[in-house]
Amino acid sequence: MFVDFLYELRKRKVPVGTQEAVAVAEALAKGLHESSLEGFYQVSRALMVHSEQHLDDFDIAFGVAFRGAEATAIEITEELLSWLKDPKPLRELSPEERAMIEALDLETVREMLEQRLREQKERHDGGNRWVGTGGTSPFGRGGENPNGINIGGSTGKGKGGAMQSADARKYKPYRSDASLDTRQIEVALRKLRLFAREGTERELDLDKTIDETARNAGELEVVVRPPRRNNTRVILMMDVGGSMEPHREYVQQLFTAAKRATHWKELRTYYFHNCVYGKVWKTDGFQESVTVRDLVNECGKNSGRSYKLVLCGDALMAPYELMGFAGIAEDDRVTGIEWLMQLREHFERSIWLNPEHPRGWKGNTIEAISKVLPMFPLTVEGLSEGVDELIKGRRSRSRVV
Amino acid sequence: MTEFRRFRGTDRYLTSDALESAVNCALALGRPLLVKGEPGTGKTLLAEAIAEAMQLPLLTWHVKSTTRAQDGLYVYDTVQRLYDSRFGDGDVKDIRQYIKYGPLGQSFASSGKVVLLIDEVDKADLEFPNDLLHELDRMRFRVNETGDEVAAKERPIVIITSNNEKELPDAFLRRCVFHFIDFPDKELMKNIVAVHHPGLDRALVEQAMAVFYDIREMRSIRKRPSTSELIDWIAVLKNAGIHAVKLEKELPFLGALLKKEQDLAAYADQLAGGRRFRS
Repeated sequence: MFVDFLYELRKRKVPVGTQEAVAVAEALAKGLHESSLEGFYQVSRALMVHSEQHLDDFDIAFGVAFRGAEATAIEITEELLSWLKDPKPLRELSPEERAMIEALDLETVREMLEQRLREQKERHDGGNRWVGTGGTSPFGRGGENPNGINIGGSTGKGKGGAMQSADARKYKPYRSDASLDTRQIEVALRKLRLFAREGTERELDLDKTIDETARNAGELEVVVRPPRRNNTRVILMMDVGGSMEPHREYVQQLFTAAKRATHWKELRTYYFHNCVYGKVWKTDGFQESVTVRDLVNECGKNSGRSYKLVLCGDALMAPYELMGFAGIAEDDRVTGIEWLMQLREHFERSIWLNPEHPRGWKGNTIEAISKVLPMFPLTVEGLSEGVDELIKGRRSRSRVV
Repeated sequence: MTEFRRFRGTDRYLTSDALESAVNCALALGRPLLVKGEPGTGKTLLAEAIAEAMQLPLLTWHVKSTTRAQDGLYVYDTVQRLYDSRFGDGDVKDIRQYIKYGPLGQSFASSGKVVLLIDEVDKADLEFPNDLLHELDRMRFRVNETGDEVAAKERPIVIITSNNEKELPDAFLRRCVFHFIDFPDKELMKNIVAVHHPGLDRALVEQAMAVFYDIREMRSIRKRPSTSELIDWIAVLKNAGIHAVKLEKELPFLGALLKKEQDLAAYADQLAGGRRFRS
C-alpha cells in the first residue's frame, strides 16, 4: 500500500525514494502521526515533499492512493514498521526492499524504463529512481538492482546480475547531454569569473602584515587590501523567433540563470534574428536597437573593459542569409558571416552556444558559423566547455566538425 | 518509542496542524526544518516561537549575500592575535583564545539544547547550502587551527528559512523536513489578529480584514500584503484612533500595506476604474 503510494508519487515526478520512505517509517515509529490518516498525511508531506511545486502533486497522489483508506492506515503503519525491524544501513537493502525490487519482471522493468527515460530530465547518481549510476533504481549502471536493465558497461561490484544490457549509446542523450535545469546552468556559469582587487581596502593582507611587521622590528604594521571581486562582464546575444521556437524553453533557462548570476560585474543581453546583421535589439520584441559598431566601441577590446561574448542560437538558416547581403539597410554590403567575424575580432573571448544536437552540425550554416566562432552545444557539458573556453581561451576552433 | 516534547504553538504564535506536524517531525528526527512561504507569514517568528515553547535559548544566523559557511562555524581572529603579540596582552600562544565561534559553532558547542535559526539561507552564495551539508548532518566540525573537534552534545533544533531567491540543491533539500507556510485563511487570520491586538473593536477588525483581502485579490499588485503587514496596519489604525475603514482611494496609512510605488499606483488605478473590488 505504502509502496503503491511511493510509486504514485514518483509517477507524478515528485522525487521520493528510499531515503524519504525510511524517514517516514521512522517518524511513524515515533508516533508522530498520532495514529490518524490526517496525521500520516501531514507527516509524510513534511518528509517527502521538498519544494512547494510538488505539494499539489503530492495531494493528488495521496488522494489516489488512499481514497477511502481510513481502515488501511493501520496496515500501512505496520508495513512500514516491519521495515524497521531489521535495521541496516541504507545502501544495504533490507530484505523487504529487495523483495520489492525483485518482484519486478522484465516486461514491467522495460516499460518503466521507457517511461522513466521519457520523464528523466537530468543525470542522476546515487538515487533509486532515475537512470544513473550507483543507485538502486532498476535502471542504470553499477547499481544494486538484481533485475534491472543495465545501461552501458559493466555492473558495479558484481552485485547485480543485470538481466539485460541495453545499448549504451542509444540512451546516452537522456543521461547527461540533453538536460539542463536552471540550477545546473547557474553552477556552470559560476565558473565564469575573473577576480580583481578593486574598491575600498577592508581585508587584512596577512602575509604582507607579517612581512611589514618584521621589517618594522616587531612594531605592528597592519596592511589591508581591497577584497577580491569578480570582474567578469558578459554580453549575451540570443537568437529569437523562427527556428528557435522549439528551443525556447532551454534558452529561457539560460537567460534566467544568467540574470540570476549575481557574481558578474555586468551582464548585457541582446536579441537578434537568425544572425547578427549590423544591429542587435534590447528586447525580444525587437525594440531599442543598438548597432554593432556602437556596441563594439563601447564594449570591445579597445574600450579598456573586457567583455565576454556569448551568442546563443541554432545557427540554422538559408545559406544566402549568412553569406549573402540579407542585412538591414545601412550596412547591407556586409554579410552575416562578416558581422560575426567582426564580433570575434573585437571581443577577447567569444563563444556560440547551440541548442541543436551536434549530430546536425555538419554541412549547413552551422558548420560555417562554427568555423568563425567556437561552438558548443547548449547542454550542461557543452556549457561547461564553453565557459572554459571563455576563461582560458583555448582556441580549439571548429571542435566538432 | 521515544517520547519527546511536542510543539503546539504559543500564546502569541498560532500554528496549523500541518506546521505543527512538520515541526514535530523535525524535532523527533533531529533534522533541520526548512520553512518557505510568502514574505511576512511568520517564517522567522516560528523559530522564536519554538524556542519560547520549548524554553530553549535561540541563536540566530542572518545569512547575507557575502556570508560563507565557514563564518557560521568559527572565525580565527588573526588581527587580535597580532595586536596582542605586539602589546603583550593575553596569551598569544593559546590559539583557542582567538577562535570565535559563529552561530552554528555556538549551537554545537553549547552545553544544552538550543534552537538555531538560519535565516534566509537563499541569500547566500549558490554553494552555501552544500557547504553546510556535512555539518548539519553530523552536527560536528573541526577547528583546523587547533585540531579541536566540536561536536554537539544535544542536536540543536535547526530552523532554516528561505524566500526562494535561489533554488536550493537537492542534496540539501533531502536532508530537511520541509514546510510551506500557507497564507492563513480568514478564520485563522482573525485569530492571529486577536492574538496580536487583544480587545480590539470587532467591527474595525472585520473591516480591516475585508479591505486587506480585497487588496490581496487585486491582480495588478505585485507585492501582496501579508500577515505582518496586516498586523502593522491594524496597529497603526489603533494608535491613530481610527474606528472604521473601507476600501477607498484615500485609505488611511495605505503605506503600511503596500510597500512598492508601483503597487500604490496600481491600487489607485484599480479604485479609479469602476471600483470593482468594493466590498
